[in-house]
Amino acid sequence: MVSAVFHSPLEANVPLSSPATVSVVAPAKAAAVAVPAPVQTVPRKPLDLRAFWMRVLPPLAGFGLLLLVWELIAMNSTTGFPSPLVTAKQALAVFADPFYSKGPNDQGVGWNVLSSLQRVALGFGLAALVGIPAGFAIGRFEFLARMFNPLISLLRPVSPLAWLPIGLLVFKGANPAAIWTIFICSIWPMVINTAVGVQRVPSDYMNVAKVLNLSEWKILTKILFPAVLPYMLTGVRLAVGTAWLVIVAAEMLTGGVGIGFWVWDEWNNLNVANIIIAIFVIGVVGLALEFALIKIATAFTFEEVKS
Amino acid sequence: MNEAKFIEISGVEQTFKTPKGSFQALRDIDLTVAKGEFVALIGHSGCGKSTLLNLIAGLTKPTHGTLLCANREIAGPGPERAVVFQNHSLLPWLTCYENIYLGVERVFAATESKAQLKARTDAALALVGLTPAAQKRPGEISGGMKQRVGIARALAMEPKVLLMDEPFGALDALTRARLQDELLAIVQKTRSTVVMVTHDVDEAVLLSDKIVMMTNGPSATIGEVLPVNLPRPRNRVELAEDRDYVHYRKAVIDFLYTRQGHVEKAA
Repeated sequence: MVSAVFHSPLEANVPLSSPATVSVVAPAKAAAVAVPAPVQTVPRKPLDLRAFWMRVLPPLAGFGLLLLVWELIAMNSTTGFPSPLVTAKQALAVFADPFYSKGPNDQGVGWNVLSSLQRVALGFGLAALVGIPAGFAIGRFEFLARMFNPLISLLRPVSPLAWLPIGLLVFKGANPAAIWTIFICSIWPMVINTAVGVQRVPSDYMNVAKVLNLSEWKILTKILFPAVLPYMLTGVRLAVGTAWLVIVAAEMLTGGVGIGFWVWDEWNNLNVANIIIAIFVIGVVGLALEFALIKIATAFTFEEVKS
Repeated sequence: MNEAKFIEISGVEQTFKTPKGSFQALRDIDLTVAKGEFVALIGHSGCGKSTLLNLIAGLTKPTHGTLLCANREIAGPGPERAVVFQNHSLLPWLTCYENIYLGVERVFAATESKAQLKARTDAALALVGLTPAAQKRPGEISGGMKQRVGIARALAMEPKVLLMDEPFGALDALTRARLQDELLAIVQKTRSTVVMVTHDVDEAVLLSDKIVMMTNGPSATIGEVLPVNLPRPRNRVELAEDRDYVHYRKAVIDFLYTRQGHVEKAA
């Protein structure tokens, strides 16, 4: 029954993410809102009742369990760990005015998220500009593959944060250093996936190119690029995911406006409720990025020739 | 130009380098194909029929020997020797029309207008009866239709030779029969020179003027060449009980299963 829902990784992401996006509205308020919402939609599809509950009930149970554990921890806490209800009230206050600005160290959650997204976009964009063409070159020419594979293998496992001091040294600023860190962490998946994609272009397509005697430009635009696109988009998705993980840590170290800095700042203020809100916000933004990129990837994936 | 020796293969040997050492796939291949002739290459799996077809296509180069097409050495692949691949090999991100247009454009863009290129593409689609599917992508049509687009793409380039690598191998029997009939009609109309790899005895006898039977690999070579003197146009229903047809069919089966049988045991 359950396995029928999870046919493919792509499908599996949809049922997972859609209930989760519902809870975006106010995760902390879920306890109050959770039960009545589905009741309204039930009469419309009486036949699909079982499948409907199978989709709705387990995610709700999951969030219920989370709230229960959270509440228990908060009840037994001696260090002032906020309960879900307290956090929800705090969230209402925070989201009431997300775009206030009282100087560089006190800005609304909206500004913090946007600043982080901007850094991710810049670092990731630069990485795509370098990484995707590099991936094409490495995939197409064996010499380059043999030349760069050891370097990539050596540098890829390094935590991107280890590059932060280098960034600070070279760029002499916190913001470019954070962008540099994002650049480093998101370039590897794009180089590797693009290269693998180029290497795995079915030989049938290349034979077609040879028999039709296509020009290099036509081969690139009509065969290589569309064939590699799904791999490339997987690389992009992994890169954005990693970048969003890393930006939080990088901003904790560099400061300035950003969701990572906000978490650290609220820790210094001992405002734990805001930290929990930040965790939810980071999760929701990460989920939204992932979901959007999966949608794009699906649109550009075509049936492959089976050989 | 020598019409009887349109394709001339002499002393061809093909050896592949593998991690386990060199592997001789083909040896001592001598074969001529006349202009307008339909030749079938038949043999068990692994007998190097596809290897031979790839050599004629120019996708691979022989270790020894020469291959001539219209008195010129085959130096590489080119649109004058169009290939219909076993798995259709259509580009899944292009529509049927665009897949064919890609080949048409390459061959005729230098000499013809856009409208003429379009007319050629439309004509090729019409030839295989796929005008309604022109704007569909390969993922949206059946296996038989894909193979027809593959044939249309090859024919639209007006190749000197049509090379087909088990073009109907992946299709069900009924679709295969219909496409064979279509191919018969098309070849009749275009008078193409065709070299077709197949492992289907009936297909070989029904379609070809000459059946080239290959011995088992490794080191496969041509075991026997059987001329098929059946009158055209051919009709599969009438031929089913034709004495000559049955005779040719038996000759091929005899070669494949009596003289070249037990390929697994021998290996």
